[in-house]
Amino acid sequence: MHNVDLAVIGGGPAGLAAALAARRNGVDNILIIERDKELGGILQQCIHNGFGLHYFGEELTGPEYAERFIEMVREENIPYKTNTMVLDIQADRTITAVNSREGLLKIRAQAVILAMGCRERTRGAINIPGDRPAGIFTAGCAQRFVNMEGYLPGKKAVILGSGDIGLIMARRLTLEGVEVKMVCELMPYSGGLTRNIVQCLEDFNIPLKLSHTVVNIHGKDRLEGVTIAAVDENLQPIEGSEEYVECDTLLLSVGLIPENELSRGVGIALDPVTSGPVVDETMATSVEGIYACGNVVHVHDLVDYVTRESETAGYHAAEFIKNNNGASGSEVHRTIPGKGVRYIVPQRISNNSLLKGFKIFFRSDKVYVNARIAVRCGRQVLHSVKRQKISPGEMEILDLKPSHLENIEVSSLAENGLTIELEY
Amino acid sequence: MIFDVAVIGAGVTGALTARELSRFDLKICLLEREADVAMGTTKANSAIVHAGYDAKYGTLKGKLNVRGNVLMDQVTRELGVPFKRIGSLVLAFSDQDLLTLRKLYENGVKNGVPGLKLLDRHQVMQMEPNVSKKVKGALHAPTAGIVCPYELAAGAVENAVKNGTELKLECQVQDIKKIEGGFVLATSQGDIKARFVVNAAGLYADLLSAMVNGPEFQIRPRKGEYLLLDKSQGNVVNSVIFMPPTEKGKGILVTPTVDGNLLAGPTAVDVSDREDLSVTSSGMNQIIKRAKQMVPDIQFRDVVTSFAGLRATPDTGDFVIEASRKAKGFINAAGIESPGLTAAPAIAEYVLDLLRQQGLELKPKTDFNPVRKPLLRFSEMSDKEREELIRSNPMYGNIVCRCETVTEGEIVESIRRPAGARNLDAVKRRTRAGMGRCQGGFCTPRLVAILARELGIPAEEVTKKGKGSKILMGEKV
Amino acid sequence: MEERKLTCIVCPMGCQLNISLEDGKISSISGNRCNRGSVYAHEECTAPKRMLTTTVRVIDGFHPFVPVKSDKPIPKEYLFKCMNLIRAIKVKAPVKSGDILIQDICGTGVNIMAARTIPRAEKQEVS
Repeated sequence: MHNVDLAVIGGGPAGLAAALAARRNGVDNILIIERDKELGGILQQCIHNGFGLHYFGEELTGPEYAERFIEMVREENIPYKTNTMVLDIQADRTITAVNSREGLLKIRAQAVILAMGCRERTRGAINIPGDRPAGIFTAGCAQRFVNMEGYLPGKKAVILGSGDIGLIMARRLTLEGVEVKMVCELMPYSGGLTRNIVQCLEDFNIPLKLSHTVVNIHGKDRLEGVTIAAVDENLQPIEGSEEYVECDTLLLSVGLIPENELSRGVGIALDPVTSGPVVDETMATSVEGIYACGNVVHVHDLVDYVTRESETAGYHAAEFIKNNNGASGSEVHRTIPGKGVRYIVPQRISNNSLLKGFKIFFRSDKVYVNARIAVRCGRQVLHSVKRQKISPGEMEILDLKPSHLENIEVSSLAENGLTIELEY
Repeated sequence: MIFDVAVIGAGVTGALTARELSRFDLKICLLEREADVAMGTTKANSAIVHAGYDAKYGTLKGKLNVRGNVLMDQVTRELGVPFKRIGSLVLAFSDQDLLTLRKLYENGVKNGVPGLKLLDRHQVMQMEPNVSKKVKGALHAPTAGIVCPYELAAGAVENAVKNGTELKLECQVQDIKKIEGGFVLATSQGDIKARFVVNAAGLYADLLSAMVNGPEFQIRPRKGEYLLLDKSQGNVVNSVIFMPPTEKGKGILVTPTVDGNLLAGPTAVDVSDREDLSVTSSGMNQIIKRAKQMVPDIQFRDVVTSFAGLRATPDTGDFVIEASRKAKGFINAAGIESPGLTAAPAIAEYVLDLLRQQGLELKPKTDFNPVRKPLLRFSEMSDKEREELIRSNPMYGNIVCRCETVTEGEIVESIRRPAGARNLDAVKRRTRAGMGRCQGGFCTPRLVAILARELGIPAEEVTKKGKGSKILMGEKV
Repeated sequence: MEERKLTCIVCPMGCQLNISLEDGKISSISGNRCNRGSVYAHEECTAPKRMLTTTVRVIDGFHPFVPVKSDKPIPKEYLFKCMNLIRAIKVKAPVKSGDILIQDICGTGVNIMAARTIPRAEKQEVS
């Protein structure tokens, strides 16, 4: 048995930032466990730029953003193991991991931070009818082939889903000489950033077909084409709108979901909407001493916010360790997604948070123009701000200051929770 | 070189037949048109070992189903194939259904199915608390079970090859000619001569039979679509759950799989194309609707994949297993639709009898080894076993597929074995790598690299399922 | 006179800009909700530039490719020309983050630099 103060599961941006924050808050004995052959996580294959504007005040590529944190981890001498996969976590914070050099590892940690990131939704999850040929990739899988292994997935591609990875891959493939025929998006709006629609699609005259989906896949061995169709307001294909598009490659960029197997295995309460752990404002999960941060909690659109969130987790995991594993004992209340709000992180807030203030992250359920975000406890409106545009593709952040919270009644909070809603 | 027996088709029928033949002092070849074994009906069916109450008394189906069910224990044990006798329930929701169950029960008793029982509503709910509250009764068959069909076929081929059978993949039989004392098979790999021929060509068995016998029967592909659900749904039911059968088949069923997933399906649609494995939205909707009638709480948002298989439905109504009346030494093992998987070990036995009657001398080999060790499964091992394994071979400490916890050691072993994997799907079927929640999103690049290394080919030559299905379109630049 | 439509990317609003051009010069802009939109439109219509990120083959490296980026935005019309040049080169490991791999690419005054460090390969292994 190997004893550590803090075990961080995952050496991507979340894990690295959390480990650094814990070290800076006085934790000596930390171990980062990474399943890939190097630190950095998915950022290593995100070679495009646009990372770090909020955190570093400059635009970096994914590998550059990762390298900055990897360097800091090395400077701080934080130990890490690569090529090492965590198989199991117990509620007493005993971790079973495996690698080929050391075999099976048992690690006992005072605190654990879950930072395993997310995975891509697949064809099965969205049930596209048709054949089962080669040539269908999730966008991230294709990204790894192109950017890290140096192979092209095909010559003519259709991309389903206009999330950022799909848009970025449209540009990437085009630059590498692949003909990207179109990007289809089921919803009437894109799930990606406007900037990416302009620079990845419009720059190269790639059509973005909103309210369209792939309804059939053709080709026995290798993909030969897809049938696309327009969808109605219930997202059902409209008969007669079908169109055959010849292509040898279909990229799926149809959403991400937190890697929640370890979280589920240890018995952590999960939020059915985010599919990630329910956390409080310190990023503590429902199991004492286990914290979570980054895309394993909810899918972010900017890595900068992952870093910030992970620093919160690292800081508070350190506090937990320093207090001899004492939980804060503070009373906990719910946050409630109100009208127009799909989910909120954190799902729980403690009384402690009322004195210090905290950040609320949420996503809307559709696009709203000139809407107001209201924070209320029962009938009492604590805070309200106006936004020109709120869309599900861009995570909203609300900074609740102690001044917004000073008039709140704890009994009302216990009874009603804290509701975030949109007024439009 | 003249083979004693050429078996055409490495599905579960051909595989088990070749393996039975490999017990004897014979030169055998097993010819398969696809790039892997078990690529036809065997790889996409319900994976059920039927008890045998359904097939009509007096038919070959009925007889071989019950016999195959009995043989299944030994054959799966010898070949190291997962098989669980979890029992089956046919649910009744109306008085009409209850009548059907009684008829099934009586037919089953005549077929010699052991342990059949008619249950009342209360007994059903006790056995399966998640079935619809509207259930009125059920027929319980404790000898029914679930098996991994492609592992059964792959294990049988591997064992046959170990015992001297020659396997030829991507070898399509284009013509068959009767010659003095045997046959010449014109194949995509040249002529092959054999004294005896077993036609286990599944969906194409009628066409092959016609080359020798002229048109005697027809195979009509009947498509069945399935939905495979995540392991989170694998415990919704404990046994195989059926609706009462109709003339089109046993209808849509819900069952746990040997790997712990939940399987729902199949639909039954006659199609003309023998290669049409497409899934349809209407099929998927039908499965969901019917499955929910039986087990309302299934979470279909946890579907990991959908797929379709084609049943080789003969126009004769029964299995076509017989020696040719026109060409001595040619045996058909055709029209193997449900309960073909269950019957397969009995079909192999039966085909050997026919070969013997046709004059094939079966002299037992002294060195036949019936045992095939299963691939090691890291995910199912104890910590102690894992530690020892990694010490002896560090590749077992490198997890390649994260969702199913499959190690590099298992993948390499699946490729290096006799009759091993040659492509991505073949690795997936043998090891489950890429079969989990992310459906290969993470591990495909690694699997491609391992296949390329082990097969000694460039990564861009690695295929999904044989010729024409390359995964990558070449290197960048 | 030429009409152009652009989507402003300065903020999440994504204003649809309608621009009238006369002899390549902007005569009017509408649809922008703020002045930043007009600045963006001027840039886009007169000298649009883009950052270029791609990869370069590495010999004997821990990875077979190194991600690279332009150290400044490149005039948009040069993107594909630059790609052809970048595709043609190979570098030997180790590569250090910030190493200039191509100087003054296509005479644009822009350098192509490594966007991460790639050490030498340890030993051949599939990971």
